[in-house]
Amino acid sequence: MPFGKFVSLMIPWTILLLIGMYAIFLCLTKGLNQTNMDNRFAFGVWIFLDLSVIALGAGAFFTGFLVYIMKRDELRAVINSAVVLGFICYSGAILILMVDVGQPLRAWFTFWHPNIHSMLTEVTFCITCYLAVLSVEYAPLVLKNKKLKEIPAFLAMEYELHRIMPVLAGVGTFLSFFHQGSLGGLFGVLQAHPFAFREGLAIWPTTFFLFIISAAAAGPSFILLTTWIVSRISRKRLVSESVYTLLARISGSIPLVYVLLKSIDTFTWLNRTVPQMGLSGMSFFLWAPFNIWILFVEIIVFGLIPSLLLIFGGGRLRAGWLVASAALVCCGILLNRFVMTIQTLSLPTMAFDRFMLYTPSWQEISAFLFVVAYGVIIYSLSFRYLRLFPQETELDRN
Amino acid sequence: MSAKRAKYGMVIDVDRCTGCGACMIACAAENNVPPGPADSTDRTGITLMRIYRADNGKDFPENESVFFPVSCQQCDHHPPCVSVCPQNAVEVDAATGIVAQIPVRCLGCRYCMAACPYHARYFNWWDPVWPEGMERELNPDVSLRMRGVVEKCNLCFHRLQTAREKAAAEGRAEIIAGEYVPACVEACPAAAITFGDLLDEESEVHRLSQRGESFRLLERLGTGPKVYYTSEREWVRALAEKDPASTPGRTAATD
Repeated sequence: MPFGKFVSLMIPWTILLLIGMYAIFLCLTKGLNQTNMDNRFAFGVWIFLDLSVIALGAGAFFTGFLVYIMKRDELRAVINSAVVLGFICYSGAILILMVDVGQPLRAWFTFWHPNIHSMLTEVTFCITCYLAVLSVEYAPLVLKNKKLKEIPAFLAMEYELHRIMPVLAGVGTFLSFFHQGSLGGLFGVLQAHPFAFREGLAIWPTTFFLFIISAAAAGPSFILLTTWIVSRISRKRLVSESVYTLLARISGSIPLVYVLLKSIDTFTWLNRTVPQMGLSGMSFFLWAPFNIWILFVEIIVFGLIPSLLLIFGGGRLRAGWLVASAALVCCGILLNRFVMTIQTLSLPTMAFDRFMLYTPSWQEISAFLFVVAYGVIIYSLSFRYLRLFPQETELDRN
Repeated sequence: MSAKRAKYGMVIDVDRCTGCGACMIACAAENNVPPGPADSTDRTGITLMRIYRADNGKDFPENESVFFPVSCQQCDHHPPCVSVCPQNAVEVDAATGIVAQIPVRCLGCRYCMAACPYHARYFNWWDPVWPEGMERELNPDVSLRMRGVVEKCNLCFHRLQTAREKAAAEGRAEIIAGEYVPACVEACPAAAITFGDLLDEESEVHRLSQRGESFRLLERLGTGPKVYYTSEREWVRALAEKDPASTPGRTAATD
């Protein structure tokens, strides 16, 4: 792509980035009164964003796990792209978390006075460590740039980093399992909110495990989706058809397992957990606009249907159908994160309490879009100047 | 300093409460809660003691109302806010059972607010500012909280410290019952709030808490609040555990 066209494509995202930066500046200097969060909606659209991007970024750990631990070499075609996406998602999430807390300069307190019983402590430790792992995984990609490769020290460093990649993938998988799970546990342990509360194994509520599986489900779908979008925009074949088919099968089979487990979990919650608390599970779905449709859409429309399409249509369906199905899987995970964050807080807990809704302020939306623009720009630069898809050159030649 | 272990709590007689708000005002003045800025709302202001109104859902003349003053319920059993705080900024004082917030250690992540079923935790969305001259009325025993941290009722812990200092100065090892009383209890014109050591079987608060008419909010959650309510009216007592979706007079559709 000519440099001029690349720049013109980046201009709208840069504008969005600048607006987002201004919104973040306002929040950091004037405080969180710039948002529409309140004492009831202590978590808002930013926590939804964090949970969402971290689930979508799970493709990095899961693909790394499949390539380096399970030795699925076909997926080397997308591993670099997955690492960049993971890096963007995790760094974006941490950036927004820094804006979301009331006292960002006290972020280190969690490391200094950690409460080992808190799921948030687990999240903080694992995300921070995993971002460091992702940064080290990203480094060889940058060092492979043909200009940087001319410096011998960088070349040697890149070689050494490559050698430790399986170790990093293992560490990344371990950390990711824990923080994806603890993000789910964040809500599952809320005994105060029977809507979110789940029983579980030992100290971990079922949401701990469901978040791990759903993240593993969303990750490959998001990689399939982004690879296809980038391929369309750049008008290049980036990976072979067999990679798409394999990604589709993975993207379909894990969500199917997730749908099954989620259904069992929902059934148990409706018939055991909630009645034990003296409530009726269906009463949570009486509050419009969060009626029963939300559960149906999450499990059936965004779960079961796209999973079946991806599994059975992997080799037969046109790419458009696969991509649409992968997009639906991603939407399902986003809806799940929305339900856990926003619906949980909107529901009343006491009889004389009220059902409440919340509309984010322009500052919150701009900061949200900042992360999107940041992601698009970093990914575009990486795609232009680094070798994200190793098969690209070969496929282009053919 | 008090040698024996205590468990401070209160019993609020909601049949006596008129919803006048004196407890809210006394609490704010005692604890240096700043007035909210012009653009604050009832969802962003700080009311460490907050009064909720409920009714029996019947039409006039059978309609009856009740007011529930709700502050931190001082959960005795696995307080939800304590276990979720990532940096131990919420502590339970073993000697008194008081669940205390440590604002200087608070990161402002607000997880504790999401975890509290009683919505009894408040975030400082703004820097504390007092109208000119009003800062002279600040209570020197209570530190100001900065923007970006969470706060809540700590049963006027500073008053306990004052009582202990007085006892120590008089050569006593323990404070006398009634020497330590939170501001809301003192201010209530209807004497609806009884405060004291729930472990002291001689105390009025212990006696009231054991009455059949006494109940606690959301007891089914197992948090063991140390704030009790009492009412002669059955429909009022039933509100404590009622499913919010089936509250009389209020439906999901109309709310």
